[in-house]
Amino acid sequence: MALADGKSTIEVSGIALEMEVRGNGKPLLFLHPEIGMDRAGPALNALAKGAKVIAPTHPAYGKPAVPLSFNTIDDIAYLYLDLLEAHDLRDVNVVGLGIGGWIAAEIAVKSTQRLAKMVLVDAFGVKHGDRDARDIYDMWFVTDADLQKVLYLNQEIAARDNSKLPDDELYAIARAREASSRFGWRPYMHDPKLKGRLHRIKIPSLVLWGAEDQIVAPAYGRAYAAALPNASFATIEKSGHFPHIEQPQEFARRTLNFIEGKSA
Amino acid sequence: MRVFHFTEQPYAPAWKDHGGALRITIPNSRLDPKLASDLLHRYYDEWQLADELGLDIMCNEHHSTATCMASTVVVTLSVLARITKKARLLVLGYPLAHRPDPLRAAEELSTIDVISRGRLNMGFVKGVPSEFTPSNANPVNVEERFWESLDFIIKAMTTHDGPFNWESENFHYRQVNIWPRPWQQPHPPVWSTTGSKHNAQRLGERGYTMATLGTGYATKPLYEAYREAYRAKFHREPPPDNFGYLGLVAVGETEAEGRRRGELVADYLRTLPFTPAPFRNPPGYISVDANVHLMKAAGRPPNRSFTKDGRAINMMTGSVQDLIDAGIMFCGTPDQVYDQITGFAESCGGMGNLLSMTHAGFMGHDDTVANLSLFAKEVLPRLKEYRQPNEAAAAAE
Repeated sequence: MALADGKSTIEVSGIALEMEVRGNGKPLLFLHPEIGMDRAGPALNALAKGAKVIAPTHPAYGKPAVPLSFNTIDDIAYLYLDLLEAHDLRDVNVVGLGIGGWIAAEIAVKSTQRLAKMVLVDAFGVKHGDRDARDIYDMWFVTDADLQKVLYLNQEIAARDNSKLPDDELYAIARAREASSRFGWRPYMHDPKLKGRLHRIKIPSLVLWGAEDQIVAPAYGRAYAAALPNASFATIEKSGHFPHIEQPQEFARRTLNFIEGKSA
Repeated sequence: MRVFHFTEQPYAPAWKDHGGALRITIPNSRLDPKLASDLLHRYYDEWQLADELGLDIMCNEHHSTATCMASTVVVTLSVLARITKKARLLVLGYPLAHRPDPLRAAEELSTIDVISRGRLNMGFVKGVPSEFTPSNANPVNVEERFWESLDFIIKAMTTHDGPFNWESENFHYRQVNIWPRPWQQPHPPVWSTTGSKHNAQRLGERGYTMATLGTGYATKPLYEAYREAYRAKFHREPPPDNFGYLGLVAVGETEAEGRRRGELVADYLRTLPFTPAPFRNPPGYISVDANVHLMKAAGRPPNRSFTKDGRAINMMTGSVQDLIDAGIMFCGTPDQVYDQITGFAESCGGMGNLLSMTHAGFMGHDDTVANLSLFAKEVLPRLKEYRQPNEAAAAAE
């Protein structure tokens, strides 16, 4: 069954999923970060110039209700494997950002049968440091306003007046905040088992990082790439934790180049 | 009416120069263990006095805070179970949603019930929002975990024919068989708190005792929600004993002396703002809808304290007079305090348990002893005789 272009809601294994499909070419599974799905931003269109972008809104980040027991990144990873199978998607390039990168890695350690390449962007999911080290910035130890300042290099993007946003956006922000806690409160934004399983991901991978990321430092990304059997690491200049927002064209160019086999 | 003497066991010496954080981030170098020991011994002495004066006892726990040194209320209850004789021992509350292990809770509370020879009231709460950071329990799904923990504890306390199995999403036990079992049968009374009608209904359906804090003259709608759910389930009126209210209490031989003590007790409320902002609303603790409303209101939660004539009160900054008007504090001479308390009970259709914050903040030992003694001598006997409004109604039916 083909996925409809544009916005739709489909059901996969009993879970309702909001989908966004754009562009033509090889399928690119876009896994959004912890702030939720941004349909209006330039990143998706830039990617859609070179791929068929398939962008689900992760369960609990969207409007459809999700059972309380659906509460791990593993649950999402298996759901997306079901999605690929249900729609017989093959040679899929998976691109995951932040918590979406964690989902991508959890998918790939389970099966790369339907995957071509993987791009992890400022991804969570593993713990590199010792027990005293805080690898991932505690996003709930500051106010949301202060968190914005840490997330972005460009402080104009960071300055957001919630009281002026439309209801739809406020609901999306509130759902994303709760959903990220549902999946990532404890252990905080990582799965202690994942690092020991990364050796299973033998497909070509690119670990792409905002050079100024203060949520997960570039050193974390380098260690991520080192733990993958077939990965390279690159930074995107002039970007904090979200290169797809701060440098969308550069993010899309690097991603598509890697997928097409050109030098990233 | 029963009256429970309550103190949060504060470490008031750290309440000065705290730079806006009395909770979560305040370094414990601000606590002198010797001074803490003196204070804790003093609070136990005052609870012992309350016991001798015919009052009951309430205790609680909080974490990473200079406002409450009881970081595990099980220790408080354990000491009280041994050193007091007659008082009911109410924990309100035991923060279930912060706890990974309800089996441990069932064992602790059963043991305390046995040591106290059946004087325990088990008040369970989810836990305050700011303490999901120190406990690291997930603030999402708190409601479900809370009720499941409570179901588990009741089953553990009421199962007497050997081990049972409990394997759920949240908790995994295969051989549950608690020793000792509780003294009170079938189990110690269950209490909880609420600020919402939804939760009041859930408590009413189960017939548990429900207490509110700082709800002032907005208490009645919560009690009514409870009563409606209780009637639907049990086909009778809930007794006044099923309701509790936490009020600040300051009594003096003269009104001036009562007001002076009132200022000291009010310091408890005045510490409420000093929770650093990031911890007041952990993700998932309140609903998505409620969070959207908060964002629109730029983070200011709605006021929920009101005077009899509907004037909104900010209980963190209000004067003693405001607090009296709002039914948050009962303060003055014994006659005034009696009238205020019974007036409040009338306003909410009957209330059988006054949870009396008779000590807070910088109030010294002498003032605390005087406050307790005068209350016990002049107010308590009359409250014990007090005829609740719905007892009269029930008698007329």
